[in-house]
Amino acid sequence: MKDIRGRILTAIGVVFILFWCLLPVAWIISLSFKSQEAVTNGSPGFFPSDGGGAGWKNYTDVLDDEQFRHAIINSIGISLIATALSVIFATLAAYAIARLEFKGKKFVLTTALVIAMFPVVSLVGPLFDMWRTFGIYDSWIGLIIPYMSFTLPLAIWTLSAFFREIPWEMEQAAQVDGATSWQAFRKVIVPLAAPGVFTAAILTFFFAWNDFVFGISLTSTERARPIPAALSFFVGADPFNRPASLLAAGAVVATVPIVVLVLFFQRKIVAGLTAGAVKG
Amino acid sequence: MAAIEMKNIVKKYGDGFPAVNDVSIDVADGEFMILVGPSGCGKSTLLRMIVGLEDITSGDMIIGGDRVNDLAPRDRNLSMVFQNYALYPHLTVYENIAFPLRLAKMSNKEIDEKVRDASKTLDLDEHLQRKPGNLSGGQRQRVAMGRAIVREARAFLFDEPLSNLDAKLRGQMRTEIARLQKRLGITTVYVTHDQTEAMTLGDRVAVMKRGILQQLASPRELYEQPVNLFVAGFIGSPPMNFLPATVEGDQVTLPFGTFSIPSAKAEKTAGKGLLMAGIRPEHFEDVSVIQSGNVDTSRTFKAHIDVREWLGDQQYAYVPYEAEAEVQAQLKELAREADSDSLRTQLVVSLDSDSKVAEDDDATLFIDTDKMHLFDPSTGENLTVGL
Ligand SMILES: Nc1ncnc2c1ncn2[C@@H]1O[C@H](COP(=O)(O)OP(=O)(O)O)[C@@H](O)[C@H]1O
Ligand SMILES: [Mg+2]
Repeated sequence: MKDIRGRILTAIGVVFILFWCLLPVAWIISLSFKSQEAVTNGSPGFFPSDGGGAGWKNYTDVLDDEQFRHAIINSIGISLIATALSVIFATLAAYAIARLEFKGKKFVLTTALVIAMFPVVSLVGPLFDMWRTFGIYDSWIGLIIPYMSFTLPLAIWTLSAFFREIPWEMEQAAQVDGATSWQAFRKVIVPLAAPGVFTAAILTFFFAWNDFVFGISLTSTERARPIPAALSFFVGADPFNRPASLLAAGAVVATVPIVVLVLFFQRKIVAGLTAGAVKG
Repeated sequence: MAAIEMKNIVKKYGDGFPAVNDVSIDVADGEFMILVGPSGCGKSTLLRMIVGLEDITSGDMIIGGDRVNDLAPRDRNLSMVFQNYALYPHLTVYENIAFPLRLAKMSNKEIDEKVRDASKTLDLDEHLQRKPGNLSGGQRQRVAMGRAIVREARAFLFDEPLSNLDAKLRGQMRTEIARLQKRLGITTVYVTHDQTEAMTLGDRVAVMKRGILQQLASPRELYEQPVNLFVAGFIGSPPMNFLPATVEGDQVTLPFGTFSIPSAKAEKTAGKGLLMAGIRPEHFEDVSVIQSGNVDTSRTFKAHIDVREWLGDQQYAYVPYEAEAEVQAQLKELAREADSDSLRTQLVVSLDSDSKVAEDDDATLFIDTDKMHLFDPSTGENLTVGL
């Protein structure tokens, strides 16, 4: 009896949480298919009212918009570059931290953590000034640097935990087999840490993709403005009446890459985690 | 192929404790050398110094005539089988075995030939495309061996390669390794804590205790002429019996009675006070199974059999005896050092399987004092070695 009750309660909990999390998403999708007029006139239903549907029009409008297309390119470019650099640096740093004994190891780790806990907003002012002095205000690199510095700590911590899990002997076996330290790292350690590398990559990409504060304050034109910032500048004909359905379509477009990424990498992560197992 | 010479090798870890202390061993070209000892005695450390995974604190490591102390593992051209195999889980069996060859930048054709050759030797043909994670313990062990033999290394090093296998598989693999080594004729250093493996595999066996080499000899010599109490107790199963003994004239007094011993042994030990006598279980026999007339009645004694274990080809009988606290303490210490269970003060005797001795009954036993060794209890030294 207890068992069944427990299961029913669990099911109710799951449904509630799913509902809680997915309702806003579902609503945005619903909104993105309604026409602008229908939204302005009030269209409370989930499905568009008669004649209030817009089909794919909002989407084509968004994608036809020059600024939004730039924003997509900026977001993808900046996020990918920041992710790649961050993962490469984090892998090397985490390996050193997991494997080598050196002075200041604790210091590096705690500093990294402190940086990660630093409120993003407090850095915006100084960065704004600095970047303008350096001439990298409103450029890709101007966003990539802060993204990296905020995601590196987490990536380093995640990856060094993964490296610590890999038995030393893997690497020693490779060295006995004739590998240099670098070969052992590249051919044995990195493939084994792949799940960790993917985790770090996803976390970094999320941060960069979702960032709004840096995106809006360190850019001024479409040269570097990423999607979240671009969406906030999306103003229709009437400044007092923002084009909600168009924005919703933009938001959906911005969400798609993340969903694809998660679905794709999730399998990688699971595959990587289950392929290990050395001892028998 | 190459000989390995270790000269006064010392290894101190960070805390200054010498894990290996002044060990000198020469392994001849093609020889099968065993390093054996209880866990923590420094055997793995010594092996890892040979292969280059551990720095040598002092002493010389000479392989094939060259001093290799400062060479990286990859420049020593040795191959090693790790205790937990250390297979690469992301590579197939084929690629695991091919790994050293790929690093050596061999052509694909050459690699394929060698890998197939090794896999045939080790009966791995049908598993080549599988990942190590899906293999059984014995198969993984063979993959690890394959990775070691596929390349023409100067020597093989094994660190307890069979300790993760069940007893039956261990027996099979033991024979397999012996056969392979004989066929390839490659210098081999093999680490184990299992004295049975040591005795059955090795041309010579080095027994270590707390980082110090105790005795380096053939298995037979270790068994018959142990140089000290530790080696005597560690080698042999069931272990040698240790009994308090005093020698006067050519008579030795044991807890069961007084018996004559060979004069050469008596000379070395007479009048030295309390000694430790060591005698192996098979040097006792039930008098009733010996042809009458062949029994030396001056070397028999009555014993109370406590427990009897019949194994088919032989049987073990246990004979408890009283000993003073001092002797008991020493026996405990010996057992602890040899990593075995704490011995009771009892005699283990191996009797002919025909013997009809009953549990909880008295029997008359013969003791072959010719084969007895006498040890100095304070230093542990065998006073009758070679006699
Ligand atoms: N990396 C290390 N740092 C400090 N002490 C170690 C290290 N490795 C082994 N030791 C110590 O050295 C001794 C010998 O270890 P080891 O060679 O592994 O023994 P065995 O293989 O004979 O069981 C042990 O006392 C062990 O605690
Ligand atoms: Mg060991």
